[in-house]
Amino acid sequence: MTEALKLTELSKSFPVGGGFLAASRGTVKAVHPISLTVQQGETLGIVGESGCGKSTLARMLVGLLEPTTGTIEIDGAALDNADPAVFGKRIQYVFQDPISSLNPRKTIRQIMEAPLKRLYGMDRSQRDLRISEIFASVNLREEFLERYPHEFSGGQAQRIGIARALAANARILILDEPVSALDVSVQAQVLNLLADLKKEFSLTYLFISHDLAVVEAVSDRIAVLYFGSVVELGPAEEIFRAPRHPYTKLLADSAPVVGRPLTAPESKETELPDPLNPPPGCAFAARCPRASDRCRKEVPRLEGDRVQAACFHPLDGD
Amino acid sequence: MMAFLKLLARNRLALAGGIVLSFVVLLALITPLLPLAEPNVTNTAARFQKLFTEGALLGTDHLGRDLLSRLMWGTRLSLAVGFAAAVVAATLGAAIGIVAGFYGGRTDNLIMRGVDMLMAFPYILLALAIVAALGPGLFNALIAVAAVNVPFFARNIRGITVGIAHKEFVDAARLAGLSNTRIILTEILPNVIPVIVIAMSTTIGWMILETAGLSFLGLGSQPPQADLGSMLGEARSALITNPHTSVVPGIMILIIVMSINLLGDGVRDALDPRLKSGALSRPMASTMVRRKDPVPQAEGKGLLEVQELQTQFHVKDRVYRAVGGVSLHVKPGECLGVIGESGSGKSVTALSVMGLVASPPGVITGGAVRYDGEDLIGAPYRKLREMRGRNVAYIFQDPLATLHPLYKVGDQLIEAIRAHRPISKSEGQARAIELLKAVRIPNAEKRITDYPHEMSGGMRQRVGIAMALANDPDIIIADEPTTALDVTVQAQILSLLDDLRRSRGLAIVFITHDFGVVGQLCDRVAVMYAGRIVEEGPTQSVLETPTHPYTARLMACVPELGEGKRRLEAIPGLPPVVDKLPAGCAFADRCDRVQADCRQGEIDLEREGARAVRCIHPVTPLKEAAE
Repeated sequence: MTEALKLTELSKSFPVGGGFLAASRGTVKAVHPISLTVQQGETLGIVGESGCGKSTLARMLVGLLEPTTGTIEIDGAALDNADPAVFGKRIQYVFQDPISSLNPRKTIRQIMEAPLKRLYGMDRSQRDLRISEIFASVNLREEFLERYPHEFSGGQAQRIGIARALAANARILILDEPVSALDVSVQAQVLNLLADLKKEFSLTYLFISHDLAVVEAVSDRIAVLYFGSVVELGPAEEIFRAPRHPYTKLLADSAPVVGRPLTAPESKETELPDPLNPPPGCAFAARCPRASDRCRKEVPRLEGDRVQAACFHPLDGD
Repeated sequence: MMAFLKLLARNRLALAGGIVLSFVVLLALITPLLPLAEPNVTNTAARFQKLFTEGALLGTDHLGRDLLSRLMWGTRLSLAVGFAAAVVAATLGAAIGIVAGFYGGRTDNLIMRGVDMLMAFPYILLALAIVAALGPGLFNALIAVAAVNVPFFARNIRGITVGIAHKEFVDAARLAGLSNTRIILTEILPNVIPVIVIAMSTTIGWMILETAGLSFLGLGSQPPQADLGSMLGEARSALITNPHTSVVPGIMILIIVMSINLLGDGVRDALDPRLKSGALSRPMASTMVRRKDPVPQAEGKGLLEVQELQTQFHVKDRVYRAVGGVSLHVKPGECLGVIGESGSGKSVTALSVMGLVASPPGVITGGAVRYDGEDLIGAPYRKLREMRGRNVAYIFQDPLATLHPLYKVGDQLIEAIRAHRPISKSEGQARAIELLKAVRIPNAEKRITDYPHEMSGGMRQRVGIAMALANDPDIIIADEPTTALDVTVQAQILSLLDDLRRSRGLAIVFITHDFGVVGQLCDRVAVMYAGRIVEEGPTQSVLETPTHPYTARLMACVPELGEGKRRLEAIPGLPPVVDKLPAGCAFADRCDRVQADCRQGEIDLEREGARAVRCIHPVTPLKEAAE
C-alpha cells in the first residue's frame, strides 16, 4: 500500500481579538500539530465533538485554510501553498449541508461544469461526456442537469455534491459530515453509494463525523480528536469496542444504544477547556476519572502500535 | 418571474402604484412626440395665464412659458436623473459592498470606515458641498445625489455579502478552481441582485426628491431647462398670487414619489423569500381551526389525549396533509416517543397540541386534543395562552434560536414565570436559580446573568429545559431536544429528562429520529410516516419485533455501535409528498412486501393489546408481536 496523504506536524492557530488598528491579543490553537498518514484506498474516520478542530483540519487539507505549521503531502508530492485550485485536482471536499453547498442561482449543469472548465479546461463535448459518466455512477438522471438546487431533496442534493467532487477527478475525498443532514433511510443510501464509488474509482476517504456508529460502519481506521489533538488512533473495529483513551470510552458510553440503561456517563461539567487559556497538560485531565498530577503538567504524546493513544494512564483495551 | 408578478399584483396598493407610475413613465417617454408648445419659448405678454386657458391647458409661468409642456419635459428630466442616480449609486455601492464583504479583514475595515465617514455628514450638506465643488448643473447634481446614496447601498450589500461569502457553495467554487473575480461575478453577484433591486426600488423616489431639492435651490438644472425642482423654485416668488404655478409641479412630484414608493414596497414584499410561501401577513396567535366532522368523544386514556388529529397546510391551491389523523395519549410519568423522518408530520403534531402551528397556512381540520378530558382545539386564545407553559411546555431543537439573544437567561426565566403568576423580582430571581439548579447547571447564582451566547450548546439546552419547567407543567413536549448536541452532552440531557419525569411525574412526548434515544428513554413509541402513525407499542416490544415493514427497515438503516465496518441496509426512494398522497399505504412504493391490495383504499391502524400497526402484510403478525 502506498501513502495517499501524509500530514506532518500540521497545525492551525487563529489570532484572537485585534481590530483595525489594535494588535491581536494572542492566538487560539484550533489544531495542535498533527501527524497522520492515510493509505491509498483507505477510509480514515475522524470523530470528535463540536469545537474539536475537525472542520479546521479538513479545510486545511483542501487548501481552503493555510496551515500555521507543517506540511501536507499528497501521493508523495508536497503542497505547500494554500491554493484550492492546485489542491482541487488532487483532493476534493463533500460538504455537510448539501443544499447550501450548491449555489441556488445556478443550474446543476453549471455547477458540474465549473471544475471541468476551470481545473481541466475541457471543451463542451468533453464536459458533457464526463458529466454523463459521473451522473451514471452516482445514479442521477441527466434530466436533473437543467434544474436548480432547491428542486432536490437532501439525499439527491448530496449525490450532486458527491458528483461535483468526483468531477474534479481527485483521488482523495474529504467527507465532512456528509450524511448528518440527511434522514436515516436516505443516509444509508448515500453511505452505500460512497462505498461503491470508492471501489469503482479506487478512492481514498477521510470521513469526518460526530456520529460514532456511522464512522465505525464506514472506516478502516478511526482517529478521535479532542481539543485540537488526536487522542486515539486505531482500527475501526477495536477503537470503540475496547477504547484505550478515557475520552474515547466516554464517547462510546455516551452514544445512545438500544437496551442500555440511561445513565449520564459523566457527572461533571462537560465544557471544553478554554482555548484562550489552555491547560498545561492533557486537555482532558479536568474531566478524566484517571487523571494524575502528571496529566495536569505534561502533554501526553500519541503512542502505541496497532492502537495509539495519547494518554499516560490508558485503559487496558481488551 | 410570473410568480413574482402575481405576488406583486396581489398587493393592491403596489398594483395601483405600478399602474400610475407606468402611465407617468409612458407619458414622459412619448413627450417629444406630443403636440406640445416649446417649453422654453418665453412670451411675457401672456404671463401667469390661469389653468384651462385656451392654448395653455395648465396656464403659463412668470415668463409666459406653457406649463403643461414644461411639466412634461420637466418630469421626463427628473425621472431620468433620479433613475440614473439610483443606478449609479446602486452599482457603485454594490461594488464597494461586495468587495468589502467578500475580502473581509483589513480591506473591509478600510472601506467601511471610509463609508462611515461619508455617512457622518448630513446628506444635504454633503450634496451641497459636492455641487459647490463641481459647480451647479444637472449632471453635477446627479453626481452629488448618487454619491450621497452610495453608503446606503454599500452597507446593505456588504452585510448580505458577508453572509454569502461564508456559504459552502463559495468554498466549493474555490475548489473547482474559480478565481476570486469569477467567484464574485458568478457566485456572489447573482445572489445579491434581489437585494440590490429591493434597495433601489425603495430609494429611487427619495433620490428624485433629492434631485428636485437641489434644483429647487438653483444648484441642479439651469434656466431655461425645466425639471420639477427648478419649476417649483421659479414659482416660489408667485406662490400667493399665482399658486397654480407651484401646485402643478408639486402634484407631479407627489404622484411620482408616492407611486414609486408604493410599488417599491410591493417589490420588496414580493421578493422577500419568507413571503413566497403565500403568507403575506403575520401568523395568527393560535392555529386556525376548521373542523367539519364531529369531534371525537373523550376516551379518558391519559392526561394528554390526541384523537384523530388532522392538520393541513393550505398554500395557494395546494393542500398538504401534514398530519392525517393521528391519535396519541400520554399518562403522568410516562414518556412517549414519536419517531419519524423529516416531513413525517411529527413536529406539526406536537405544535398542533397548543395551537402553535403558524396560520396561515396551517389549519386544523379535524380531531381533538384533550388535556385532562377537555378539548383544546378551537379553545379561545386566552385559554390557550393560559395553558401554554403552565400545563403544556415545549422544548425545541435549537436553544440558540429559542432564547432571546439580548436578554440575560435569568431575566428570560423570570419572564416565563411572570407570564403566569405575579411574583416579585427577588422571588423570581430565587426561583430562576432554583430552576437552573434543577437542570444541574453549575454555579447557577452566577449563570443567571449570562447571555445565551456566553453558554455552550448543552448549557443553553438546559436553560431551555429550565424554562419549560418554570411553571411546573404536567406535560413536556420535546421536539428533537438533543439533535443539535454532542453525544456526551446528549447523554446528560437525556438522563436529566429521565430523572425529571420520575421525580416530578411529568408526562413527556419526545420527538426524535433516533432509535437509540427512544430505546433508552421512552416507555412507548409511535412511528410516523407521511403524516400518520404506522406502528405503536411499548418501546421494547416494538424494537424487538417490529411489525410494520417501514419500522423494521428504518431500524436496519441505523448503524449500531460495535458492529464494525459493514454495508448498511437502505430504503430506496423517498417519502411521498403530503400534497399528493397515494391511495392506500403511503409506504407501498418503497416496500419490498407490497402487494396489489396495499394500494387499494384506506388501511386502518389495527390494534392488539398494547401494539398497533397500519399494515395488511406485516413483517411479524400483530398477534405474535403483541404477546
